[in-house]
Amino acid sequence: MIKRIVIALVLIMLAVMFLDLAANYRENTSLSPLGRYYAEQGPAELGAANLVTAVVVTYRGLDTLGEVTVLFISAAGVGLMLRRERKKGGDNGENGDARMRVHKPASEIVETATELLLPMVILFGIYVFLNGHLSPGGGFQGGAIIASGTMFLLLALPESHISRMLISIMESLSGFSYVVVGVLGVILAGGFLDNRIMGLGTFGSLFSAGAIPIIYVFVGIKVGFELSAVLDRFREDTDLT
Amino acid sequence: MTSLPISAIVLCSGLGLILIGLWGMLTQRNLIRMIIGFSLLDTGIHMVMVSIGYVTGGTAPIIDAAVPAAEAASRVVDPLPSALVLTAIVIGLGVTAVMLAFAVRIYQEKKTLNIDECTESKW
Repeated sequence: MIKRIVIALVLIMLAVMFLDLAANYRENTSLSPLGRYYAEQGPAELGAANLVTAVVVTYRGLDTLGEVTVLFISAAGVGLMLRRERKKGGDNGENGDARMRVHKPASEIVETATELLLPMVILFGIYVFLNGHLSPGGGFQGGAIIASGTMFLLLALPESHISRMLISIMESLSGFSYVVVGVLGVILAGGFLDNRIMGLGTFGSLFSAGAIPIIYVFVGIKVGFELSAVLDRFREDTDLT
Repeated sequence: MTSLPISAIVLCSGLGLILIGLWGMLTQRNLIRMIIGFSLLDTGIHMVMVSIGYVTGGTAPIIDAAVPAAEAASRVVDPLPSALVLTAIVIGLGVTAVMLAFAVRIYQEKKTLNIDECTESKW
């Protein structure tokens, strides 16, 4: 009972604070000084049409590197917690087969639709992370779309095997390349993760904005494989119970 | 009659979602429902952050034919909160994945998702 009163009290106090916040809210009529700097100098300095991408990948690039690291650690944590247990020696022999048969096969409609859609979903994911500097989108969004393709695959063909070796190799390679591009920025341009290590190109074309598309390709590959690995872990777990 | 600005609507819905999510996390006893509460809280915070970056009449901060670079500073919304929310979404996703993995493990060990059954580390 005391617990409920405390919870209600906490929520009411928070609501009062929020009410004050909402009542005194005035919509901005102009950009903040920092936002103004990004909007005025961003296109000329970095050559990226999408200002959010310029902020994410270059101005606050270190944040993004940390973000990729957080995602990697959480994927590793999920992998650690849901690792396949082999309590008894020959557990994955006959019993394993019996468990696999528990899976109800997906209907023909789902299977056919997946075979038709999967290449398009993956292609769309690649499009989204290649055009991250020109249009809404980027490495994380593209990676998530590719992982949704994996989700399709796992739903339609639950027995399909995803190579863990391939996932870890691609993930490590792309993460390493991301850091290498960042270090190249120190050597060839103004600092860590500076995108001006190569020509900025024509503003608004696919090969522009220096290293931003390259970084986003690596981020996209890394996120796509990482999220696929997480989904795969959750799938394998259902075989156990 | 002054109409409510669009960002105020987003702000208020975000604050409401934060309260609902916190209520769910504090009162629900089912692990999955607590995780849903966390997701609602997370989404509410993102909405509040995005609404703070809105500028009256602003459009997406992407320079193209519709928004020439010369007019950019007067016509786009603040790109910084959007970039921060992008980071926050990804980290929220990672945290949710780890929480769900914990829920799966707890279910495997105890065959229940009720938090009241987990009394080992209770004080």
